[in-house]
Amino acid sequence: MEKNLVLEMKNISMTFPGVKALDKAGLTLKKGEIKALMGENGAGKSTLIKCLTGVNKFEEGEIYLEGHSGAIRNKDTMDAQHKGISTVYQEVNLCPNLSVAENIYIGRAPLTKLRTIDRRKMNKNARLLMDELELDIDVTRNLENYSLAMQQMIAIARAIDMDCKALILDEPTSSLDDKEVEKLFNVMRSLKKKGVSIIFVTHFLEQVYEVCDSITVLRNGKLVGEYSVEEMPRVKLVAAMMGKDFDDLASIKPEGSTVNEDAELFIDAKGLSHAGKIKPFDLEIKKGEVVGLTGLLGSGRSELARTIYGADKAQTGTLKVGGKEVHIHEPIDAMNLGMGLLPDDRKAEGIIGDLSVRENIILAMQAKQGIFKRIPKQKQIEIADKYIDMVQIKTADRETLVKQLSGGNQQKVILARWLATNPDFLILDEPTRGIDIGTKTEIQKMVVQLASEGKSVIFISSEIEEMLRTCNRMAVLRDGAKVGEISGENMTQEGVMNAIAGGDSNG
Amino acid sequence: MKKIKINNNNVLLLITIGLFVVMYAAGCIVYGHKGFTNLQTFLNILINNAGLICITCGMTCVMLTGGIDISVGSLVALDCMIMAVGVEKLGISSPVLMIGILIFGLVFGIVQGFCIAYLEIQPFIVTMAGMFFARGMTAVLSTQQISIVSDALFTKLAGLKINLPFGAYENSKGILQIPYVRITVVVALICVAVTFFILYATRFGRSVYAVGGNQQSAALMGLNVKLTKLKTYVLASLFTSIGGICFCLNTMSGTTSQATGMEMDAISSAVIGGTLLTGGVGNVIGSFFGVLINGTISTLVKSNGKLISSWSNIVTAILLCFFIVLQAVFAKLKERKNK
Repeated sequence: MEKNLVLEMKNISMTFPGVKALDKAGLTLKKGEIKALMGENGAGKSTLIKCLTGVNKFEEGEIYLEGHSGAIRNKDTMDAQHKGISTVYQEVNLCPNLSVAENIYIGRAPLTKLRTIDRRKMNKNARLLMDELELDIDVTRNLENYSLAMQQMIAIARAIDMDCKALILDEPTSSLDDKEVEKLFNVMRSLKKKGVSIIFVTHFLEQVYEVCDSITVLRNGKLVGEYSVEEMPRVKLVAAMMGKDFDDLASIKPEGSTVNEDAELFIDAKGLSHAGKIKPFDLEIKKGEVVGLTGLLGSGRSELARTIYGADKAQTGTLKVGGKEVHIHEPIDAMNLGMGLLPDDRKAEGIIGDLSVRENIILAMQAKQGIFKRIPKQKQIEIADKYIDMVQIKTADRETLVKQLSGGNQQKVILARWLATNPDFLILDEPTRGIDIGTKTEIQKMVVQLASEGKSVIFISSEIEEMLRTCNRMAVLRDGAKVGEISGENMTQEGVMNAIAGGDSNG
Repeated sequence: MKKIKINNNNVLLLITIGLFVVMYAAGCIVYGHKGFTNLQTFLNILINNAGLICITCGMTCVMLTGGIDISVGSLVALDCMIMAVGVEKLGISSPVLMIGILIFGLVFGIVQGFCIAYLEIQPFIVTMAGMFFARGMTAVLSTQQISIVSDALFTKLAGLKINLPFGAYENSKGILQIPYVRITVVVALICVAVTFFILYATRFGRSVYAVGGNQQSAALMGLNVKLTKLKTYVLASLFTSIGGICFCLNTMSGTTSQATGMEMDAISSAVIGGTLLTGGVGNVIGSFFGVLINGTISTLVKSNGKLISSWSNIVTAILLCFFIVLQAVFAKLKERKNK
């Protein structure tokens, strides 16, 4: 290992059943630097971190840590902590019912001669630590009295007090507001000055350029490269993450149909927002228009859609549907207005595996009618058969349990569920993720087909080509805000990527 | 002077203590002429509930981790029966039996705790099995009611009055009464003090709160969650055995139907005392006052003389609802504050 390195991970490979999660990935960390670990969804960021902290057992590769002569392997997170590798997770892993000082010192509290906890000493030490981080916190109060951001700082304080060589911050900013993020960055900078090395896992571009010294980019489980921040302008970073060589981006022409200019406005959102998730945005969608939401993972794509739909209730702004102002409190209100949402996490939010295809398809329709007006069985069968045929669900039978279908077909079942409610407006969040290319194309065609029938669609996808093929117009999101729209001639890979990267494209 | 901060946790404790004071004061005003104001009435509450106080100490520890132990009532019955059969049928001396009962409690707790902590079986199910086992064993030992009379030491301990040096008063017939407590009360108060000490001042005690607060976090912070849980169940069974001996000194007999529903008394006392069923919040002092409140209710009902004793159940039910609603309100307030 080179002299100025604290940590080096080399050629780490790891397989989950059926998937090569990491393929010779790696990372180096210098003393006193803040390193951004970046990559799109499924790039292997978390897997790599978990290999480091001992949660995942990797098959190949070596980890070298300052102060250890040979390669190390951590048995579990505790083992990693003892070696000086501490992790602070997005969800704060502390106990809300204990005092701040106790949270910092639990399990290793100073003891008196009688083997009881020396509270005075513990509180004193905790206070010193808080002063060091310039935090104004009463350490004797319970943790639950403090905001999430403060709790995160306290978690960091706990981590660095344990003689920490490498501090891993796993997406710490995703639930913080701007002010809290600034506070966190101050703490990070002061830690850096003290010589602590930090790995900062994030997907917020702005933050990388604000606080980091260097960047490691992963893609599909492979190491794309390690760069200093200066040599890596935003556009190049985005290109590296998305796996496009920026210099020869083939321009794919949009294939989506053009919308009639005088088509009626269906959705007219003004200043909608949901604190901590999406900043106020305006969005207009015409009848028969497919609007794509593009941006990096976590940029607020899903959140924007969820706010319109009422899955996250809009806290500000007005929403007009079909020219009339409406107030959506719950998804059922949105459904009654003719909206449908196909969520990105179909396992958690959409599909009910233990129900049959038929039952899954009529679910939204039944909910819309109210559970007391049961749809007659014969009608259910008719509807189910109609949509199984229409979206071409490959299933043995309409009574087959949905969990027995492939991922792509499960996705089609959800699509069928919403089509059955005959919506005027559909939100499709990552409808093609994790499904085979043939089914992808079918779903894309179906979206275009729906639009030509006069339905409005919001289409969210991580794949730019797919978006270009299906959308008439694209809204660009960055760091939880809508930052612009692309249409017409700018609808090219290059244009989209420039818009996603934002800032001045030279870095 | 250190300022005592009032947060949601000790608000519940203060409400419990306040409620006890109000209730007792009301009793003094309404039933003063029936001797409610006498110090001995209060001491009798302690004497009658000494066993329950011990048990509630253990129950509080278990509930703080988010668990529950419903075997305690049956275990008390079994302890009494072991004592009765041991003394009357086998002629074993009572100190030996007491030690035996404590060791049995220890083993009982280890088995239950192991199943819950290491095999990760629901505490309710495990301790329900424990409950049936203990109640069944009681009947196996004997189905008759056996009075404990032949052990001299035992009867002496049971009859021992520890006079208090203050608070003497004349009763209605003009005879001087010296207030007293039984040895069981001393044991119970020691149990409360020991539990308080364990929970407040030891690493294990704080781990109990951490596990109850957020089990996953506790594990990530490097605490041994499983061992902590196991220890609380061992403590619970051990305190129950101590409580069982106290209970036996009070009743001086063993029957199969003894102490039925005592686990519920212990749980309700802990809840009234501010312990959250979800764990992490609570205090043994609160639980102690919870027992006193339950005791006061039944004394009030008895003092009335006309009401049947089931009325105390109804009052307990109302109080439980009141406290659970109160806890829910506090939880909601906290949630809103955090937003």
